[in-house]
Amino acid sequence: MRPRQPVVFWVGLSLILALLAVAPLVLPVFWRRLLTEILIWGLLAMSSDLLIGYTGMVSFGHSAFFGLGMYGAAAALLNSNPPNLWLALASGLIAAAAVAAFVAYFSTRLRDIYFAITTLIFSQIFYVIIFTWTSLTGGENGLTFTRPAFAIPGLFSLPFTATTLHWFVLAVVAGSYLALRRITQSPFGMVLQSIRENEARTRAVGYPVERYKIVSVMLSGLFAGLAGVLYALQNEFAAPSFVFFVVSGETVIYNVIGGIGTLVGPLAGAGFFLLLREGFSRLFTPKYLDPVGLGGLAGMSYLVPVGIIFIAIVIFLPQGLLGFARRWLNR
Amino acid sequence: MEPLLAVEDIHSYYGKSHILHGISLEVGRGEVVGLLGRNGVGKSTTLKAIAGLVHPSAGRMLFDGRPTTGMPAHRVAQLGIGYVPEDRRIFPLLTVTENLRTGLDRHGVGKAKKQELLDKIYQYFPVLAERRRQAGGTLSGGEQQMLAIARAMMLEPKIMLLDEPTEGLMPRMVSQIREIIDVLHREAVAVLLVEQNVPLTLAASERIYIIEKGIVRHHAPAAELRVGDAVIHQYLGV
Amino acid sequence: MGGVPFAHFVIQTLNGIVSGMILALVASGLTLIFGIMDVVNFAHGEFLMLGAYVGVLTLALTGSFWLALVAAAAVIAAFGAAVYWTTLRPLLGRDPLTTILATFGVSLVLQNYALWQFGPVPRKIAEPFTGQFTLFYLDYPWYRLIIAGLAGAIIGGLWLFLKFGKYGIWIRATTQDRVMAQAMGIPVPWVLTGVFAIGSAMAAASGVLFAPLVGVDHAMGVDWILRAFIVVVVGGMGNLGGSILAAIFISLLDAYASLWVSPSQSIIVSFVFLILTLLFRPTGLFAPTPK
Repeated sequence: MRPRQPVVFWVGLSLILALLAVAPLVLPVFWRRLLTEILIWGLLAMSSDLLIGYTGMVSFGHSAFFGLGMYGAAAALLNSNPPNLWLALASGLIAAAAVAAFVAYFSTRLRDIYFAITTLIFSQIFYVIIFTWTSLTGGENGLTFTRPAFAIPGLFSLPFTATTLHWFVLAVVAGSYLALRRITQSPFGMVLQSIRENEARTRAVGYPVERYKIVSVMLSGLFAGLAGVLYALQNEFAAPSFVFFVVSGETVIYNVIGGIGTLVGPLAGAGFFLLLREGFSRLFTPKYLDPVGLGGLAGMSYLVPVGIIFIAIVIFLPQGLLGFARRWLNR
Repeated sequence: MEPLLAVEDIHSYYGKSHILHGISLEVGRGEVVGLLGRNGVGKSTTLKAIAGLVHPSAGRMLFDGRPTTGMPAHRVAQLGIGYVPEDRRIFPLLTVTENLRTGLDRHGVGKAKKQELLDKIYQYFPVLAERRRQAGGTLSGGEQQMLAIARAMMLEPKIMLLDEPTEGLMPRMVSQIREIIDVLHREAVAVLLVEQNVPLTLAASERIYIIEKGIVRHHAPAAELRVGDAVIHQYLGV
Repeated sequence: MGGVPFAHFVIQTLNGIVSGMILALVASGLTLIFGIMDVVNFAHGEFLMLGAYVGVLTLALTGSFWLALVAAAAVIAAFGAAVYWTTLRPLLGRDPLTTILATFGVSLVLQNYALWQFGPVPRKIAEPFTGQFTLFYLDYPWYRLIIAGLAGAIIGGLWLFLKFGKYGIWIRATTQDRVMAQAMGIPVPWVLTGVFAIGSAMAAASGVLFAPLVGVDHAMGVDWILRAFIVVVVGGMGNLGGSILAAIFISLLDAYASLWVSPSQSIIVSFVFLILTLLFRPTGLFAPTPK
């Protein structure tokens, strides 16, 4: 019998969704774009949480899934006329799934640190392939393309505006969240969590642990790829830098900051990180620093203070910002 | 006279399991004291606590007049507590000599003294002398037990904590262990002996503590106890 | 094998050995640290990078390459010890993955600090020895052979230090059984700090040795850390001898591969080797067979 969803949860969720939907109508352009970006990175972080928070496997390979989703969408958009949204989604997801299957096969035989390092190296493999296969991927310069319209060929065609694109992204991310939530609370999800708690015991009880892990990696890769597609749609370009392992690292940072095993935590973590990025980038200019005599710090990357905050959270607040709500969010 | 080692009411947990429920015991200078009890009652944990490898959540320990509760294990060892664990745990990839040197290389011990200690140990344990260049992991069970004891003796300890030294050994080696305990006693080194082998413990020790469920249930001079006594039967089932 | 002149093949062999020795130096530090405290030091490449910068500054100040090498090792050893004490020591009892995360954070901070402090333009160090010798009809710089020799000497020194001497025994004992090492009176917290410092110093030394070949910039550590990870996995985590062999092996593969493909693609060969290792001998190609 499925546990009854607490009313508070649904009310809270609806409220947040409403706020996010209204936001683009009131925010200035820059912050609107940032909000959409937060949602997209949040989706990537959520996909990673399925592995880290629920299956107990830390992956540094999500940049590969994300990037392939992006390039898959790009390929579809460059090759369809007029650019077709659904084709982009499909090809992005298929590309990400293929990569995920590849990674899953090798990686699920490995534990802990070996898995983390291997996924890291895999994402670099894909980076190198994309970077050097210039004829296919545009190499260092990446690919640019035009955003498709929200259309069903033959029926209607609505070009996206910044606002409607935001709503589209919001819908996809919210839907993904609900889907992921459903997955983590299903019997399948329970097995994943038991793998996280005690893999040996789960195996001893008779569950084919490797198969569960493979499916988990595939699902995680799919949602990450979806995030990649959304990113391509929003920014109209694909570049190899998104496949570089640092992107995976930052994804893990969002997870840890926000709180693993909560789904919503990583999204909050992405938001927190990106807002800090904006904040520090503005702060580290002579305008703000000189009056307090810290002018020498001007031009320092936001990653220095944010990195330090991240390290502090790992040491002092390992459950992350929303970790305290973990139980409640998983009811 | 003040005891060499005084353990007062220590409690210890492993996760949520309450292992030691308030152990109190004493060992005098040069005394051989036995710790008996069934498996899992907390005998090993008691030794680990004394050695500083496990920190009690409550209670105190005093060694040679100094409080050692919460002291890091390497400092406890330097004070003169030699620990020989249940599974021997000699360094498998170090040679016999190197194993011995881990306890030998301390502050304030001159080169001549170190050589003297090494020679003395090789005299007591000729088997180890033969194998001095062999890797610890290649020694037999009995030889590893010798090495574990010899290694702890390199610390020139005032007390040796022996955790089931005769476990898994052949009878010939068991009597060798008995001889070693006697030698330690002659050298005025105190011994706290945890054992399953009741006759050996009764014969070698001056006093006996019997532990059950993490607390001392009976305490008597060894002379008053015989194998087959009701008390022994009650707490050890033999 | 389309027509590669033998001379080029020999040159690439030399190149492979040279970068292999430097990679071995980097990887030994990494595997030494992992072996004793189960920490995968993501920031290892950044210690290399900072060491190279310290080298650049010392060289500019004193004009002596040797002083630069020593200064880099000493400064980064101290810095490494500080990083260990503040960020890694609190994490030792926990899930080993937290140390990867923490060191990843350190790596980000150090890279961006260096970028801010030194700027994006790479610095150059002049080669301390000029001059080449002729191999077949090609010129090969002496300097490269010398750094290979130096790297080898440092590794050899490490090996001797570990095998003989009191501290070497302390380190090996702590690596094999941290608990019993404490019970033997070995001050394990200091040993761990010391090993981290040594590993960092080795990375720093590699940075200075390598600097004249490529130029020093904030991102130079990234390439090395990836290669070092591959080496450590192929060689066997914690296996010093295996890492050294694996480093040379992988670098040779890389060097030969770049005869046919571009350098950025030649790393794929190493990746393939990694995959093969993971498939068939996950404890390491060069590690002794697990019993």
